[in-house]
Amino acid sequence: MTPGTLSAQITDYANRADPYPLYAELRKQPVRREDDGTYLVSTYYEVRNLANDPRLSNDTRNRPPRYARTADAEDQGLPPSFIFTDPPVHDRLRDTINRPFGPPHSPSFLDGLRGELAKVVTELLDAFDGKDQVDIVEDFAYPLPVTAICKVLGVPREDEPRFHGWADALASSLDPRPGGGDGQEKGQRARQEMGAYLSDLIETKRRHPGPGMLSALAPDMTPADLEATAVLLLVAGHETTVNAITNTTLTLLRHPDVLERFQKEPDLAVPLIEEVLRFEPPVQFVPWTTALADIDVAGTTIPKGSPVWLMLAAANRDPKRFVDPDRFDPDRKDNEHLGFYTGIHYCFGAPLARIELHLAVPELFRRVTFSRLLEDPPPYRANAVLRGPRHLPVAIEGLTV
Amino acid sequence: MSADTDVEVLRREGRIVVVGASLAGLRAAETLREKGFTGSLTMIGDEPYEPYDRPPLSKQALLGRARPEDTTLPRRRDIDAEWSLGVAAESLDRDAKRVCLANGDTVPYDRLLITTGTRARPWIHPEEAALDGVFVLRTRDDSARLRRKLTGGVSRVLVIGAGFTGSEVASACRELGLEVTVAERGPAPLVGALGGVIGAVADRLQRRKGVDLRCGISVTALEGDYGGRLKRAHLSDGSAIDVDVAVVSLGAIRNTDWLAGSGLAAGPRGIACDAGCRVFDVNGIVTDDIYAAGDVARSPHPLFDYQFLSLEHWGNAVEQAEIAAHNMICAGPERRPHLWLPMFWSSQFGVNIKSVGVPPLGDQLVVAQGTLAEERFVAVYGYRGRVIAAASFDGAKWLGFYEQQIAAGALFPPDYRTVDLRTETLQPVDPAFPDPHLPTHGATVTLTGHSPSERRVQFVPSHG
Repeated sequence: MTPGTLSAQITDYANRADPYPLYAELRKQPVRREDDGTYLVSTYYEVRNLANDPRLSNDTRNRPPRYARTADAEDQGLPPSFIFTDPPVHDRLRDTINRPFGPPHSPSFLDGLRGELAKVVTELLDAFDGKDQVDIVEDFAYPLPVTAICKVLGVPREDEPRFHGWADALASSLDPRPGGGDGQEKGQRARQEMGAYLSDLIETKRRHPGPGMLSALAPDMTPADLEATAVLLLVAGHETTVNAITNTTLTLLRHPDVLERFQKEPDLAVPLIEEVLRFEPPVQFVPWTTALADIDVAGTTIPKGSPVWLMLAAANRDPKRFVDPDRFDPDRKDNEHLGFYTGIHYCFGAPLARIELHLAVPELFRRVTFSRLLEDPPPYRANAVLRGPRHLPVAIEGLTV
Repeated sequence: MSADTDVEVLRREGRIVVVGASLAGLRAAETLREKGFTGSLTMIGDEPYEPYDRPPLSKQALLGRARPEDTTLPRRRDIDAEWSLGVAAESLDRDAKRVCLANGDTVPYDRLLITTGTRARPWIHPEEAALDGVFVLRTRDDSARLRRKLTGGVSRVLVIGAGFTGSEVASACRELGLEVTVAERGPAPLVGALGGVIGAVADRLQRRKGVDLRCGISVTALEGDYGGRLKRAHLSDGSAIDVDVAVVSLGAIRNTDWLAGSGLAAGPRGIACDAGCRVFDVNGIVTDDIYAAGDVARSPHPLFDYQFLSLEHWGNAVEQAEIAAHNMICAGPERRPHLWLPMFWSSQFGVNIKSVGVPPLGDQLVVAQGTLAEERFVAVYGYRGRVIAAASFDGAKWLGFYEQQIAAGALFPPDYRTVDLRTETLQPVDPAFPDPHLPTHGATVTLTGHSPSERRVQFVPSHG
């Protein structure tokens, strides 16, 4: 393999369906310097340690100007959302946002959404009736997370459809090298439209509080911070969950023995979903960290100022950490995967994602009798970071109540 | 018969007795079975309950968010043990290799594991300690009794000693809306474990949360009414306060009394054992059939000059128990050392406090991330130019990094840029630990000297 080209190959769309051989290649050199001075870290312990290392920054403004910075808020005159900040700003924002979202202040907020989300799942599956072919992405995985995020934020139901389009465009702008050349432009346009919509909504919520986080947070945050946060929650909470649901379906259909067992043992859902998060993580790598100091990792010094990519999907298949890592094994006992990252930037929405997955996946496989995948591999989205199928057409034989 | 066949026979049909049926005892028993021990296993515990978890007893259980009976520890696996609960071990006969119980029974062993832990240090005056309203907090029953009292209408609670347990009790009282006075002999809360610099932060935090905190003060007497109910506490500054509850939080006493006369190196500082958890006798000779783990054990640690460490930490109990269990049923070369890096956490007044390493060994301190003023920080302790410990307020996620710095013997003070670094260069200060010879509620890590085979170590009889 030619040196210096691995990151290009990973982002190359041709390798989207199966990037795992590239990750295996990467792991041969746990800390790898690319020609442009970017460092790729791909082995489990090194990724985990760096994600918890205070010498690594999530604020791309710490990069020398010659390197790419995130396409996040900056251009829109908004502050960076908390995923692209470091403490103390990060901690202050995240603490504030967590208050209406989770324990200790709001331990039952997410649980309270279960009923409505379960209803969405039921309606989506009811619509499968009479069909012999469905697209798991369009017909099932896609609508649920948008509804979930809208409920979390308190977006009125009638405005939900508008969020679908914005979410899609914004997600692709997180990609370091988007497939389509107009990805960034589309992302910015969506961002502007959504920003205008959200700032109106925030202003409305400030005057007439209702359910959801926007109302709860409006008194404690500047409109700009709140808007940046809402956009982040949508982007990070939407595409990732779609991919997680789709990846789970795809993986199960590729492993009929596990599928058969799952239909008899619904309790398998917990380890099975965690194993999918290891095996096909919805966020494949984190390309936006920067070294604040020289950092020695596995015998290599990452110089201060270097962009660092933490390759979660590669780490999740590190044979030094996981026995037989390329095997999908829902019986895996020791499964501390990095699917939700680790450290202070551990996925904020992980508890919501798990609720959505546990509402969607068991019900899908309980009610639907699958026949087969109609395309394997399915067509993928351009995004290498938030990697997942664009469509997942499957043949189905029946639907139970 | 070779030692190897001995081990094989032991694993197959040996008799292993675990004295102390709490966290360490349970995890050891599970490890024994997991590693293929098929002989007989006896669990002896002086409390009538199956092993339960203690950290919630001073937190969620006091607040009523968990019932004390819900603290039963989850089982990792079936351990197929003979349980002897509610009966204390009374003595150890090493010649006959048997444990004598309070009810007169004797239990023979081939391998013995001692995990008897600690008990709460009672109030110094027994007749005052017997007053209705005077509590200690260590067991499930203690927690249930205290909770009943706190929710039954009290005017003011006195917490004696501002170590971790005392501070957590004070925090729970404030959360329950109760008036609370904390009397601490030292200059600040948590001073024994984290030093005066961090203690000052805890001091400010407690006061801001409405605690009537009195440092440099000791309680001289607890006074009851004619009905034997606590009504007043007298303090060393000559003042008195009306209280109807006093929670005595003066640290722990190691449960080694029952080993008096056994010839084991067991005393008030715990039971000395080697890195493989094998217990020493008073001559500094290691036994090969008796092991210790958890709060009651103390063992040498290479990262801390091979000083003997005694740790009252949850995680240590788990890991040491696993190592002890492994070593009990292994031949020499397969044995493993217990090299756990001390780590503990506390949650009080809405703040998560966590520490790694041995802060009291530190001779210097820097605030590496965050600031003391914001009560959100990571403080790093240095000892002779090396990182020896770190403590955080609401910064626990960073401590894994500092743990590695300690293990690597990294240079102190740190000279690299990190996130949330508030000063250009870090100026080390004295962490302000009190003189270790002064009595206090104590640190959660106790340095108990070097090897017992050294002449300068003396063992004090448990009851003089």
